[in-house]
Amino acid sequence: MRVRAGAALALAVALLASAVPGAGAATPQTSVSEISSEVMCPVCGTLLELAESPQAQREKAFVARLVAAGKSKGEIKDALVDEYGTEVLALPQGSGFDLSAYLVPIVAFAVAIVALAFAVLRWRRAGEPPDGGSVAAAGPSPEDAERLEADLARYDL
Amino acid sequence: MLAVFGLLTFGLLSKGSSGVGLGEAAPTSPLPRLEGGGDGSLADYRGRWVLVNFWASWCVPCREEAPLLQSFQRRHGDADFTVLGVDSRDLSDDGRSFVRRYGLSYPQLRDGDGAAAHDYGTTGVPENFLVDPRGRVRLLVRGPVTAEYLDDSVAPLLPGGKS
Repeated sequence: MRVRAGAALALAVALLASAVPGAGAATPQTSVSEISSEVMCPVCGTLLELAESPQAQREKAFVARLVAAGKSKGEIKDALVDEYGTEVLALPQGSGFDLSAYLVPIVAFAVAIVALAFAVLRWRRAGEPPDGGSVAAAGPSPEDAERLEADLARYDL
Repeated sequence: MLAVFGLLTFGLLSKGSSGVGLGEAAPTSPLPRLEGGGDGSLADYRGRWVLVNFWASWCVPCREEAPLLQSFQRRHGDADFTVLGVDSRDLSDDGRSFVRRYGLSYPQLRDGDGAAAHDYGTTGVPENFLVDPRGRVRLLVRGPVTAEYLDDSVAPLLPGGKS
Protein backbone atom coordinates (compact mmCIF):
# COMPACT_ATOMS: atom_id res chain seq x y z
CA MET A 1 0.00 0.00 0.00
CA ARG A 2 2.83 2.36 0.95
CA VAL A 3 4.68 1.55 -2.29
CA ARG A 4 1.61 2.39 -4.39
CA ALA A 5 1.12 5.66 -2.49
CA GLY A 6 4.76 6.59 -3.01
CA ALA A 7 4.55 5.83 -6.73
CA ALA A 8 1.41 7.93 -7.02
CA LEU A 9 3.11 10.81 -5.22
CA ALA A 10 6.17 10.61 -7.50
CA LEU A 11 3.90 10.57 -10.57
CA ALA A 12 2.01 13.61 -9.28
CA VAL A 13 5.24 15.51 -8.67
CA ALA A 14 6.49 14.62 -12.16
CA LEU A 15 3.24 15.76 -13.76
CA LEU A 16 3.29 18.98 -11.76
CA ALA A 17 6.89 19.66 -12.76
CA SER A 18 6.11 19.13 -16.44
CA ALA A 19 3.09 21.42 -16.18
CA VAL A 20 5.10 24.35 -14.75
CA PRO A 21 6.51 26.45 -17.62
CA GLY A 22 10.30 26.60 -17.61
CA ALA A 23 10.70 23.79 -15.10
CA GLY A 24 12.63 21.64 -17.56
CA ALA A 25 14.25 24.32 -19.72
CA ALA A 26 15.61 27.75 -18.87
CA THR A 27 13.47 30.72 -19.82
CA PRO A 28 15.40 33.35 -21.84
CA GLN A 29 15.70 36.65 -19.95
CA THR A 30 17.21 38.56 -22.85
CA SER A 31 17.93 38.08 -26.54
CA VAL A 32 20.97 37.76 -28.77
CA SER A 33 19.96 40.92 -30.65
CA GLU A 34 19.66 42.93 -27.42
CA ILE A 35 23.10 41.82 -26.21
CA SER A 36 24.62 42.26 -29.67
CA SER A 37 23.59 45.91 -29.69
CA GLU A 38 25.47 46.57 -26.45
CA VAL A 39 28.74 44.70 -26.91
CA MET A 40 31.60 44.91 -29.37
CA CYS A 41 33.26 42.53 -31.75
CA PRO A 42 36.82 42.98 -30.37
CA VAL A 43 38.53 42.05 -33.61
CA CYS A 44 36.32 44.20 -35.88
CA GLY A 45 36.07 47.20 -33.57
CA THR A 46 32.33 47.54 -34.31
CA LEU A 47 29.14 46.62 -32.51
CA LEU A 48 28.64 42.88 -32.52
CA GLU A 49 25.27 43.28 -34.26
CA LEU A 50 27.05 44.89 -37.25
CA ALA A 51 29.88 42.37 -37.45
CA GLU A 52 29.99 39.24 -39.61
CA SER A 53 33.62 38.16 -39.13
CA PRO A 54 34.44 34.60 -38.03
CA GLN A 55 35.29 35.88 -34.55
CA ALA A 56 31.95 37.72 -34.37
CA GLN A 57 30.08 34.58 -35.37
CA ARG A 58 31.76 32.65 -32.54
CA GLU A 59 30.91 35.44 -30.13
CA LYS A 60 27.25 35.46 -31.24
CA ALA A 61 27.09 31.68 -30.82
CA PHE A 62 28.53 32.07 -27.30
CA VAL A 63 25.89 34.68 -26.47
CA ALA A 64 23.13 32.49 -27.95
CA ARG A 65 24.19 29.56 -25.72
CA LEU A 66 24.05 31.74 -22.61
CA VAL A 67 20.68 33.22 -23.62
CA ALA A 68 19.30 29.70 -24.13
CA ALA A 69 20.65 28.76 -20.70
CA GLY A 70 18.50 31.51 -19.17
CA LYS A 71 21.34 33.84 -18.17
CA SER A 72 20.52 37.49 -17.56
CA LYS A 73 21.93 40.34 -19.59
CA GLY A 74 24.32 41.22 -16.77
CA GLU A 75 25.55 37.63 -16.44
CA ILE A 76 26.16 37.38 -20.18
CA LYS A 77 28.07 40.66 -20.24
CA ASP A 78 30.16 39.49 -17.28
CA ALA A 79 30.94 36.26 -19.15
CA LEU A 80 31.97 38.25 -22.22
CA VAL A 81 34.23 40.46 -20.09
CA ASP A 82 35.82 37.32 -18.63
CA GLU A 83 36.58 36.15 -22.16
CA TYR A 84 37.51 39.36 -23.96
CA GLY A 85 38.15 41.98 -21.26
CA THR A 86 36.27 45.21 -20.58
CA GLU A 87 36.76 46.54 -24.11
CA VAL A 88 34.05 44.15 -25.27
CA LEU A 89 31.49 46.47 -23.66
CA ALA A 90 30.12 49.09 -26.04
CA LEU A 91 29.10 51.44 -23.24
CA PRO A 92 31.82 52.89 -20.99
CA GLN A 93 31.98 51.48 -17.47
CA GLY A 94 31.18 53.67 -14.49
CA SER A 95 34.68 53.51 -13.04
CA GLY A 96 38.26 54.56 -13.78
CA PHE A 97 38.97 56.66 -16.83
CA ASP A 98 35.73 55.50 -18.48
CA LEU A 99 33.85 57.39 -15.77
CA SER A 100 34.92 60.63 -17.48
CA ALA A 101 32.60 59.75 -20.37
CA TYR A 102 29.70 60.32 -17.99
CA LEU A 103 31.18 63.04 -15.77
CA VAL A 104 32.59 65.40 -18.40
CA PRO A 105 29.22 66.19 -20.07
CA ILE A 106 27.59 66.76 -16.66
CA VAL A 107 30.40 69.05 -15.48
CA ALA A 108 30.45 70.89 -18.82
CA PHE A 109 26.68 71.43 -18.62
CA ALA A 110 26.92 72.74 -15.05
CA VAL A 111 29.75 75.11 -15.99
CA ALA A 112 27.72 76.38 -18.96
CA ILE A 113 24.67 77.05 -16.75
CA VAL A 114 26.75 78.97 -14.18
CA ALA A 115 28.49 81.00 -16.93
CA LEU A 116 25.11 81.81 -18.51
CA ALA A 117 23.70 82.94 -15.15
CA PHE A 118 26.69 85.27 -14.59
CA ALA A 119 26.33 86.67 -18.11
CA VAL A 120 22.62 87.43 -17.59
CA LEU A 121 23.33 89.14 -14.24
CA ARG A 122 26.06 91.32 -15.79
CA TRP A 123 23.81 92.20 -18.71
CA ARG A 124 20.99 93.28 -16.40
CA ARG A 125 23.34 95.35 -14.22
CA ALA A 126 24.76 97.11 -17.28
CA GLY A 127 21.27 98.47 -18.04
CA GLU A 128 20.91 100.15 -14.60
CA PRO A 129 22.17 103.70 -13.77
CA PRO A 130 25.45 103.85 -11.80
CA ASP A 131 23.87 105.26 -8.59
CA GLY A 132 21.19 102.62 -8.49
CA GLY A 133 18.25 105.13 -8.78
CA SER A 134 15.65 105.19 -11.52
CA VAL A 135 16.08 107.34 -14.61
CA ALA A 136 12.61 108.90 -14.27
CA ALA A 137 13.17 110.05 -10.67
CA ALA A 138 16.42 111.87 -11.46
CA GLY A 139 14.85 114.94 -13.25
CA PRO A 140 16.77 117.89 -14.86
CA SER A 141 19.74 119.50 -13.17
CA PRO A 142 19.24 123.01 -11.57
CA GLU A 143 21.06 124.64 -14.53
CA ASP A 144 18.78 122.89 -17.02
CA ALA A 145 15.69 123.81 -14.99
CA GLU A 146 16.77 127.48 -14.89
CA ARG A 147 17.41 127.53 -18.65
CA LEU A 148 14.04 125.88 -19.25
CA GLU A 149 12.27 128.53 -17.18
CA ALA A 150 14.08 131.28 -19.11
CA ASP A 151 13.10 129.77 -22.43
CA LEU A 152 9.46 129.42 -21.38
CA ALA A 153 9.39 133.06 -20.21
CA ARG A 154 10.24 134.20 -23.72
CA TYR A 155 7.04 132.70 -25.03
CA ASP A 156 3.68 134.34 -24.36
CA LEU A 157 1.44 131.35 -23.98
CA MET B 1 38.06 73.15 -21.16
CA LEU B 2 41.49 72.42 -19.71
CA ALA B 3 40.06 69.50 -17.81
CA VAL B 4 38.53 68.05 -20.97
CA PHE B 5 41.83 68.45 -22.84
CA GLY B 6 43.71 66.87 -19.96
CA LEU B 7 41.38 63.88 -19.84
CA LEU B 8 41.65 63.36 -23.60
CA THR B 9 45.45 63.54 -23.41
CA PHE B 10 45.50 61.09 -20.51
CA GLY B 11 43.28 58.71 -22.47
CA LEU B 12 45.52 58.83 -25.51
CA LEU B 13 48.71 58.40 -23.48
CA SER B 14 47.28 55.55 -21.45
CA LYS B 15 46.71 53.64 -24.69
CA GLY B 16 50.44 53.97 -25.30
CA SER B 17 52.44 53.11 -28.36
CA SER B 18 52.89 49.47 -29.25
CA GLY B 19 54.87 47.11 -31.38
CA VAL B 20 58.20 45.39 -31.27
CA GLY B 21 60.80 45.29 -34.00
CA LEU B 22 63.74 43.09 -34.88
CA GLY B 23 66.46 43.27 -32.25
CA GLU B 24 64.14 44.76 -29.65
CA ALA B 25 63.18 43.17 -26.34
CA ALA B 26 60.04 41.05 -26.62
CA PRO B 27 57.24 41.93 -24.17
CA THR B 28 57.05 39.56 -21.21
CA SER B 29 53.77 40.50 -19.49
CA PRO B 30 52.26 37.52 -17.67
CA LEU B 31 49.20 35.87 -19.21
CA PRO B 32 46.85 33.15 -17.97
CA ARG B 33 47.65 29.67 -19.17
CA LEU B 34 45.04 28.37 -21.62
CA GLU B 35 44.90 25.09 -19.72
CA GLY B 36 45.86 24.12 -16.21
CA GLY B 37 45.38 27.48 -14.49
CA GLY B 38 47.94 29.97 -13.30
CA ASP B 39 49.93 32.47 -15.29
CA GLY B 40 52.82 32.11 -17.67
CA SER B 41 55.14 34.47 -19.49
CA LEU B 42 57.81 34.57 -22.13
CA ALA B 43 60.15 35.38 -19.25
CA ASP B 44 59.67 31.79 -18.02
CA TYR B 45 61.67 30.65 -21.06
CA ARG B 46 64.62 33.05 -20.73
CA GLY B 47 67.75 31.23 -21.86
CA ARG B 48 65.87 29.32 -24.56
CA TRP B 49 64.89 30.13 -28.11
CA VAL B 50 61.12 30.68 -28.28
CA LEU B 51 58.88 30.90 -31.31
CA VAL B 52 55.95 33.00 -30.06
CA ASN B 53 52.91 32.14 -32.19
CA PHE B 54 49.80 34.35 -31.97
CA TRP B 55 46.74 32.42 -33.10
CA ALA B 56 42.97 32.06 -32.65
CA SER B 57 40.59 29.17 -33.21
CA TRP B 58 38.45 31.23 -35.62
CA CYS B 59 41.47 32.02 -37.81
CA VAL B 60 41.51 29.85 -40.96
CA PRO B 61 45.27 30.15 -41.73
CA CYS B 62 45.98 29.14 -38.11
CA ARG B 63 44.36 25.76 -38.79
CA GLU B 64 46.88 25.11 -41.56
CA GLU B 65 49.79 26.46 -39.55
CA ALA B 66 49.14 24.56 -36.28
CA PRO B 67 50.17 21.09 -37.55
CA LEU B 68 53.40 22.55 -38.97
CA LEU B 69 54.26 24.15 -35.63
CA GLN B 70 53.46 20.94 -33.78
CA SER B 71 55.68 18.97 -36.16
CA PHE B 72 58.51 21.50 -35.68
CA GLN B 73 58.06 21.36 -31.91
CA ARG B 74 58.23 17.57 -31.98
CA ARG B 75 61.49 17.65 -33.90
CA HIS B 76 63.17 20.62 -32.20
CA GLY B 77 61.47 21.17 -28.86
CA ASP B 78 63.98 20.63 -26.06
CA ALA B 79 65.86 22.51 -23.37
CA ASP B 80 67.03 25.05 -25.96
CA PHE B 81 63.83 25.70 -27.89
CA THR B 82 60.05 25.72 -27.67
CA VAL B 83 57.08 27.04 -29.55
CA LEU B 84 54.89 29.20 -27.29
CA GLY B 85 51.29 29.62 -28.44
CA VAL B 86 49.29 32.72 -27.53
CA ASP B 87 45.54 32.33 -28.12
CA SER B 88 44.42 35.88 -28.82
CA ARG B 89 40.91 37.43 -28.77
CA ASP B 90 39.34 33.99 -28.67
CA LEU B 91 36.85 32.15 -26.49
CA SER B 92 38.75 29.98 -24.03
CA ASP B 93 36.66 26.85 -24.71
CA ASP B 94 37.15 27.28 -28.46
CA GLY B 95 40.87 27.70 -27.88
CA ARG B 96 41.12 24.55 -25.78
CA SER B 97 39.15 22.59 -28.40
CA PHE B 98 41.58 23.83 -31.05
CA VAL B 99 44.57 22.63 -29.01
CA ARG B 100 43.01 19.19 -28.55
CA ARG B 101 41.91 18.93 -32.19
CA TYR B 102 45.43 19.54 -33.51
CA GLY B 103 47.21 17.73 -30.67
CA LEU B 104 49.36 20.73 -29.80
CA SER B 105 51.85 19.77 -27.10
CA TYR B 106 53.70 23.09 -26.74
CA PRO B 107 52.72 25.56 -23.98
CA GLN B 108 49.75 27.84 -24.56
CA LEU B 109 48.89 31.21 -23.03
CA ARG B 110 45.61 33.06 -23.27
CA ASP B 111 45.36 36.67 -24.45
CA GLY B 112 41.58 37.20 -24.36
CA ASP B 113 41.58 41.00 -24.51
CA GLY B 114 44.39 41.15 -27.07
CA ALA B 115 46.70 43.15 -24.76
CA ALA B 116 49.73 40.99 -25.55
CA ALA B 117 48.96 41.13 -29.27
CA HIS B 118 48.84 44.93 -28.90
CA ASP B 119 52.18 44.97 -27.06
CA TYR B 120 53.78 42.95 -29.84
CA GLY B 121 52.16 45.18 -32.47
CA THR B 122 50.42 42.38 -34.29
CA THR B 123 48.05 43.29 -37.09
CA GLY B 124 46.13 40.00 -37.04
CA VAL B 125 46.57 36.28 -36.59
CA PRO B 126 48.63 34.28 -37.10
CA GLU B 127 51.86 36.15 -36.45
CA ASN B 128 55.17 34.70 -35.29
CA PHE B 129 58.14 36.11 -33.38
CA LEU B 130 61.34 34.14 -32.88
CA VAL B 131 62.87 35.33 -29.60
CA ASP B 132 66.48 34.54 -28.75
CA PRO B 133 67.73 33.39 -25.31
CA ARG B 134 68.36 37.02 -24.28
CA GLY B 135 64.75 37.93 -25.00
CA ARG B 136 65.38 39.82 -28.28
CA VAL B 137 63.22 39.38 -31.38
CA ARG B 138 65.32 37.76 -34.10
CA LEU B 139 62.67 36.91 -36.71
CA LEU B 140 59.20 38.30 -37.31
CA VAL B 141 56.58 36.83 -39.63
CA ARG B 142 53.29 38.66 -40.11
CA GLY B 143 51.21 35.74 -41.28
CA PRO B 144 51.49 31.97 -41.16
CA VAL B 145 54.87 30.31 -41.28
CA THR B 146 55.46 27.51 -43.77
CA ALA B 147 57.38 24.29 -43.27
CA GLU B 148 60.09 25.66 -45.56
CA TYR B 149 60.42 28.84 -43.51
CA LEU B 150 60.70 26.87 -40.28
CA ASP B 151 63.36 24.57 -41.72
CA ASP B 152 65.30 27.19 -43.69
CA SER B 153 65.10 30.26 -41.43
CA VAL B 154 64.30 29.15 -37.89
CA ALA B 155 66.08 25.82 -37.50
CA PRO B 156 69.53 27.12 -38.54
CA LEU B 157 69.43 29.69 -35.73
CA LEU B 158 68.83 27.08 -33.05
CA PRO B 159 71.78 25.62 -31.11
CA GLY B 160 73.76 23.30 -33.39
CA GLY B 161 71.97 24.73 -36.46
CA LYS B 162 69.50 21.88 -36.38
CA SER B 163 67.37 21.35 -39.50
